[in-house]
Amino acid sequence: MAATPVGTLYAGGQGMWSWVAQRITGIAVFFFLYVHVLDTALVRVSPEAYDLVIATYKTPIVNLLEVGLVGAVLYHALNGLRVIAVDFWAKGPRYQKQMLWTVVGVWVIVMVPGTYYMMKHTVEALFGSTP
Amino acid sequence: MSVSDRPLDLALPGARRSKQRSNFELYSWIFMRVSGIVLVFLVLGHLFIMNILDGGVQRINFAFVAGRWASPFWQIWDLAMLWLAMLHGTNGLRTIINDYAERDQTRFWLKMLLYVSSAFIILLGTLVIFTFDPNLG
Repeated sequence: MAATPVGTLYAGGQGMWSWVAQRITGIAVFFFLYVHVLDTALVRVSPEAYDLVIATYKTPIVNLLEVGLVGAVLYHALNGLRVIAVDFWAKGPRYQKQMLWTVVGVWVIVMVPGTYYMMKHTVEALFGSTP
Repeated sequence: MSVSDRPLDLALPGARRSKQRSNFELYSWIFMRVSGIVLVFLVLGHLFIMNILDGGVQRINFAFVAGRWASPFWQIWDLAMLWLAMLHGTNGLRTIINDYAERDQTRFWLKMLLYVSSAFIILLGTLVIFTFDPNLG
């Protein structure tokens, strides 16, 4: 088999891109998990060491990355449930496209208030607000 | 076969097929779905508690962890989440390495690196949960 196939294996469309996004979010979340177990392991070193590394989680830029993490996990979870429905529900393949739009819809509905609560402190600290 | 996932590597042209028959890929495929459903609750619950509820990440410190791990409920929650998420992620990356690393040597060493680092993280995390000392320091 040629190393560089002519054209693509897939026709594209939502089926392919939802799958590509599932892989990318999966890899990203998995690498974060490695780091997260390592930083949590500092509770065995000393309270100071742990609090120091957790302080970085509270900074504005990392706080924004946390919103990205939650968004990635939420997509991976919702689309994962869609994949399970396609695999095990008799009508799953027929409704896979509608289920993808449901995934996107639920994602937006959860992420809008979620982002608000996750970023509330950072926005107040950066732009000031009445105490 | 589903549109959005490929349970077996039969669809891959040039896919390597093992000489001896094994159900490992079937069990791995089932494990991804079963662990995935459990992780939806464990991980989304964890993210909601840690990042959104009651001030989110701003309230987390050593004392907060000590308060949570005083309860066996959260210890078991975190232990189950650690093992399931690590195995789910390791198996996912194994699939991705099999898909994209074309040379046998590359595939072998990438997977060895993956298995060794995953085993280290799982053991470290387990050790931390079981040996946590709230009076440390």
